[in-house]
Amino acid sequence: MIAELGHYALVVALIVALIQAVIPMIGAQKGWSDWMNVAASASIIQFLLVSIAFGALTYAFVVSDFSVRLVALNSHSAKPMLYKVSGVWGNHEGSMLLWNLILALFGAMVALSGRNLPPVLKARVLSIQAMISVAFLGFLLFTSNPFLRLPLDQVPIDGNGLNPMLQDPGLAFHPPFLYLGYVGLSMAFSFAIAALIEGRVDAAWARWVRPWTLAAWIFLTIGIALGSWWAYYELGWGGWWFWDPVENASFMPWLSATALLHSAIVVEKRDTLKAWTVLLAIVAFSFSLIGTFIVRSGVITSVHAFANDPARGVFILAILGITIGGGLTLYTFRASQLRSNSVFSMVSRESGLVLNNLLLAVAAAVVFVGTIWPLVSEFVMGEKVSVGAPFFEQAFTPFMVALIMVLPIGAMMPWKRARLGRTMRPLWGVLALSVALGALVWSLQTGGRMLAPVGITLATWIVLGALADLGSRAKLFKASAGETLRRLTNLPRAEWGKMLGHLGLGLTVFGISAVTAWQVEDIRTAQFNQPYDVGGYQVELMDVTRHEGPNYSALTGRAVVSRGDEVMTLFPEKRVYTAKQMPTTEAAIDMGLTRDVYVVLGDQQDNGGWAVRTYIKPFADWIWIGALVMALGGVISLTDRRYRVAAASKKRAPVNATPAE
Amino acid sequence: MRILFLLLMLASPAMAVQPSEMLDDPALEARAREISKGLRCLVCRNENIDDSNADLAADIRILLRQRLVAGDTDEQVIQYMVDRYGEFVLLKPTYSASNMILWLTGPILLLLGGGMAYAFVRRKNPAPADGLSEAEKQKLDKLLNS
Repeated sequence: MIAELGHYALVVALIVALIQAVIPMIGAQKGWSDWMNVAASASIIQFLLVSIAFGALTYAFVVSDFSVRLVALNSHSAKPMLYKVSGVWGNHEGSMLLWNLILALFGAMVALSGRNLPPVLKARVLSIQAMISVAFLGFLLFTSNPFLRLPLDQVPIDGNGLNPMLQDPGLAFHPPFLYLGYVGLSMAFSFAIAALIEGRVDAAWARWVRPWTLAAWIFLTIGIALGSWWAYYELGWGGWWFWDPVENASFMPWLSATALLHSAIVVEKRDTLKAWTVLLAIVAFSFSLIGTFIVRSGVITSVHAFANDPARGVFILAILGITIGGGLTLYTFRASQLRSNSVFSMVSRESGLVLNNLLLAVAAAVVFVGTIWPLVSEFVMGEKVSVGAPFFEQAFTPFMVALIMVLPIGAMMPWKRARLGRTMRPLWGVLALSVALGALVWSLQTGGRMLAPVGITLATWIVLGALADLGSRAKLFKASAGETLRRLTNLPRAEWGKMLGHLGLGLTVFGISAVTAWQVEDIRTAQFNQPYDVGGYQVELMDVTRHEGPNYSALTGRAVVSRGDEVMTLFPEKRVYTAKQMPTTEAAIDMGLTRDVYVVLGDQQDNGGWAVRTYIKPFADWIWIGALVMALGGVISLTDRRYRVAAASKKRAPVNATPAE
Repeated sequence: MRILFLLLMLASPAMAVQPSEMLDDPALEARAREISKGLRCLVCRNENIDDSNADLAADIRILLRQRLVAGDTDEQVIQYMVDRYGEFVLLKPTYSASNMILWLTGPILLLLGGGMAYAFVRRKNPAPADGLSEAEKQKLDKLLNS
């Protein structure tokens, strides 16, 4: 019954979305306010209906109702509750339902929070949001119905189980965060299309778009970090980024959302770069759709793509074509109306942000071309080629290095017209210190690789540059301590957000450089009780024993790792999951701010010893700490006064708002 | 359960390079590892042979080490692999004419975009200095004169 209820709710949601797509758009065109008002209530109803559907599917997973095909294929009664729930979106159909739920959630949030939005703009935004809903609800119902029942005689006694690789807390929450990011960018898209229809973009528009983009960006940042962290500890060799198509699928929206965040500031503060910002909003969401397409169609086979069905691929491709094609066509006709009214000098913060956008956009384009190149090459030229990490390291990295080099300078420039000498004054010290630190690293290391010195120089440059920016705003050392403190407390939260965002990037760059340059690896056949040395640590394999988990069997090694007084015992494991008979490796990691000790147990060798891999990974955790600091910067920026002012005016709104919505 | 443990004894997904495969000469082994990172495990999804657990990857790793021991240079080993498996084996596509677009996307877009951005910043102010249209000016005149 419950599953049928969910199915029914989805069908009704599709009808509601259709109404929400058509009625408010006509209302906005004709100026009929009661037609426009349909948008808000429809989006809330749509959200409730999709929630019911999602709740119904979750229920089916939680009670292990194996008469539902999806549950039988992807769940198992012995699975821990967390993975029964995360199993809901650990498969194609369920994850698309989650997509729809989040899409409807964002629509409902605009309906509820956007009281200060001009009614015409709001109606159009929600109508476009509903068009996307129609497409994806249709996709779900027609190609990927999660509520299909199995014929009675085929209902299994127990389910197939969830892919053991996905039974992990990090990965349980990775897809929801990514989807919140992907789908959050649909808001920026809807606002951009609405603005094109109206032919008007102003500071107020940018102020409405920015929080949604910022929220999407925060979720994307956390989602990507979670995915990378999961790969780090789960895949068993401590890699944290593989330039896999599925990873790139989330990285392209992130790069363009980052660019969009910056260009929206220019629109808001300086009333220029409008057409470009609208284009970026379209492109950012297009990348989200392309990402969904890549992951969901399985068109580019890769480590994580576990969906493979051409019918679905064609459907998503159609959605992709209509959305991107339609958006860009509208853009070509309307963009010329978006006049920019202010001029700025070649050396100014505006120019700095233009450069930021240029580098981020080119970097995103390189990732895009690299990701689809194997496809293009095979279909157009009939040549099978691979595009992997070595390509991206060479073709992508230079743009990031350039971006990092100009970042602290651009961030400190004033609007309109800057003087390079003046801007650089507080930065010379930072620059000298960064280069000195890089030189020190270079002189200390034995090998000739430049990665560590250059990476450390760049990381220090951004981190100290961000602090110098804050310091100069607070007149640190120039005014009294009290005055500095007063200035710091009065600083807008957006400034703190900016500082943390940039600082976080610096920390991530530091972690990447350090672990790439200084990682120590050891692969050997270890005998029990025969200690050996890895990068200054003494490693000793004590024993390997069997044990039973809730839904797997395991071989567990016990390794004692020590250095001086520091002693730790690590338990690397190999598991076989009962339901899928699939072996996995659970690395044992001792995490630390200065290094991770990472031990992996392998196979028993002919001479009775065990293959063991040991890694010392210096400063590895800073990669994700940096990402979290970036996300934190986003959160703080989101609470900035100018958005709260908008929220406060909302509270006053009910005076002249229509009662009972 | 026995069968599961047997499976555990046999298969292990993350043991890429096996200790038994490794060369005794650390310099040669380091070169082998470096080359491995650029070669694709042909039956895997986007994985290099160094990280891969597939049997084929192990075969290529061993083959690669045999070539190195036989005295091949890095370039010769890579060429040997390309002759044997095709360009598909290279994770970094060649700089050949057919891959031109791939390699030049970044630099060309940077130049084009940079040129457009430069022109945009250098453009003359599109709106009149006071930002008023003809109609607005007349209105203002009326207001001022009334």
